[in-house]
Amino acid sequence: MDRIAILNELKKVLAPYTERKEMLESINEQTDLIKDLNINSANLVDIIIEAESRYKIEIDIDSAAKMFTVGACIDVIYLKINHTA
Amino acid sequence: MNNRVVITGLGVVSPNGIGIPDFLYAIQNGISGIKFIPQFADLNFNCQVCGIPDFELHQLKNYVTETTLYGLKSKGIGYGIKAALDAWTDAGNHIASEQTLWNTGCVFGSSVSDTEMIKNTITRVDSKESKKLGSRVVEQIMNSGITAYITGRLGLGNKIINNSGACATGTQAILLGYEYIKHGMAKRMVVGSSEFVDAYIFGAFDSMRVLSRKFNSHPEQASRPMSASADGFVPSSGAGALVLEDMEYALGHNARIYAEILGGATNSGGQRNGGSMTAPNAEGVIKCIEEAIEISKIDAQSIDLVSGHLTATIADKLEIQNWTKALGRKGINFPKINSLKSMIGHSLSAAGSIELVAAVLQINNNFVHPNINLEDPNPEIVDLIGIVNLPVKNLQMEVNVIAKANFGFGDVNACLIISKFNNNG
Repeated sequence: MDRIAILNELKKVLAPYTERKEMLESINEQTDLIKDLNINSANLVDIIIEAESRYKIEIDIDSAAKMFTVGACIDVIYLKINHTA
Repeated sequence: MNNRVVITGLGVVSPNGIGIPDFLYAIQNGISGIKFIPQFADLNFNCQVCGIPDFELHQLKNYVTETTLYGLKSKGIGYGIKAALDAWTDAGNHIASEQTLWNTGCVFGSSVSDTEMIKNTITRVDSKESKKLGSRVVEQIMNSGITAYITGRLGLGNKIINNSGACATGTQAILLGYEYIKHGMAKRMVVGSSEFVDAYIFGAFDSMRVLSRKFNSHPEQASRPMSASADGFVPSSGAGALVLEDMEYALGHNARIYAEILGGATNSGGQRNGGSMTAPNAEGVIKCIEEAIEISKIDAQSIDLVSGHLTATIADKLEIQNWTKALGRKGINFPKINSLKSMIGHSLSAAGSIELVAAVLQINNNFVHPNINLEDPNPEIVDLIGIVNLPVKNLQMEVNVIAKANFGFGDVNACLIISKFNNNG
C-alpha cells in the first residue's frame, strides 16, 4: 500500500471523529488532526485503535505519540505495514 | 434569600411515551408501557416483564454532535440527554450556547452506570486487551457521565451535581435544584434523573424476590400498585427532566410557566424503628412529608392529589398509612392518590423525575391520571382512604396542589410540593 492509498484509507478512519467533513476531503500530509480537523485530543487513541484494526498492525505507544498530522500518521502506518510484511 | 422557583420546561423518556405530547396522551388514557422480555425468560428470571422506552441512541442525531454520538453506547446516558435537552428546548432555549452559562446549573441523578459497558470493559481487560478500550469508556461508566454529557452540550457553568439516592434520586435532584435557586445560588437549573435497568441490575432485584412474577403472560397487568393482587414491582427504565427557574428571571423573559415548586424535604429514618436498608422507618417518612408541607407554607387540607411512591409491594399499605398521618387526613377526606407505576413500572432513579413531570402535567391540564390494574383494591387501603380517592379512570378536576414523594433503599425519603403558578401569591 503506497502513501496515497494509506491517505485515502485514513480519511475513512478519521471521518467519525471530525465534524469538519468538507475539510476531510481535502486533507494532505500537512493537515493537523487537532488544529485543522478539530479532533478532540482524547479521541486520538480511538483513531489509533481503529487504524490498528483496519491495517492489521500494532502501533506502539512511542509511535502513537507522533501521530498528530496526517503525514505523521502515514509515516507510522507505512512503516508498520512494511515491517509486518 | 427566599426566591420563588417555577418550572418552565419538561422532557421525558418513558416506557409509555417519549416526549411530552405522547406521554401526556398515554397517562390520560391509562396506556401501559410494560412488555414481556424474551431475554428475561431465557435467563430464568422470575419476573419476565419490564418497562422499556421505545428509544435507540440514533434518535439523538439532532441532539448531540455526530462525533459525540459515534461511540455513545450507554442507554441511561442517552435517555438523560434526550429528556434534559427536550426540557431545555421546551423552556424556549436553543441547544448549544456559544458561551458558558454561569447562571445555570444541573442536578441529574442516576443509580448505576451502564453495566453492559462495564461488562465489556471487564471482558477486554481480562483478555489482556485493555488498550483496545479506547477513550469513550471512562466517560460512560463514571456516575457523573450523564451530567457531563448534558452540561457539556448546553454549556452550563453553575453547580453541576450528579446525585444518587436509590429510588429517591429523582425527587432529590429536583429538590436540590430548587434549593439552589431558592437560596439565590443559581437562576436556572436543569434537573432530573435517568435509569437503564439491564439484565444485570434486573437479575439482582429478581433475586431479592421483590418483583412481580405472576403476570408474565399479561405484561400490561403486571404493575398493580395498591391492589389486593399486587405481587411485587415491575422494573422500568427511562428519564425525566425539568427546567427550574427563579420566578423573577422567568417572568423577565416571558417564560411559559407550567407550575411552581412550593417546597420540599429529604431525610432518612436512620434505618431505626422498623427502618432498614430496604424498608422505611415510618416516623422518618411522616417527618419528611410534614417538613415539605411546612416549608411550602400550605395547609395539608389544600393538597388535591398525592403522587405516591406506591410500587406494588406490601409497602403500599404502610405508605398510605404514613400519608394519612402526615397529612392528618383519612377516609373520604383524603386527597386523590395515584401511582404512575401502574402504567410504567418502577424506574428506580428515574421514578421521581418522570412522576414529577406527570404531576406537572396533571396540574397544568387539570386531571388525575388513572391507576390502572386496580380492579381489586387492597381492602385495607380502601379502609384507610376510601375507594373514591383511588381513581381508575382519567378524572377531570381542578388540580392546584400535588404532594409527590419517593422512598429509597437506605431509608431515604424525599417529598416535593408543587402548585399551579399564581403570581399574586
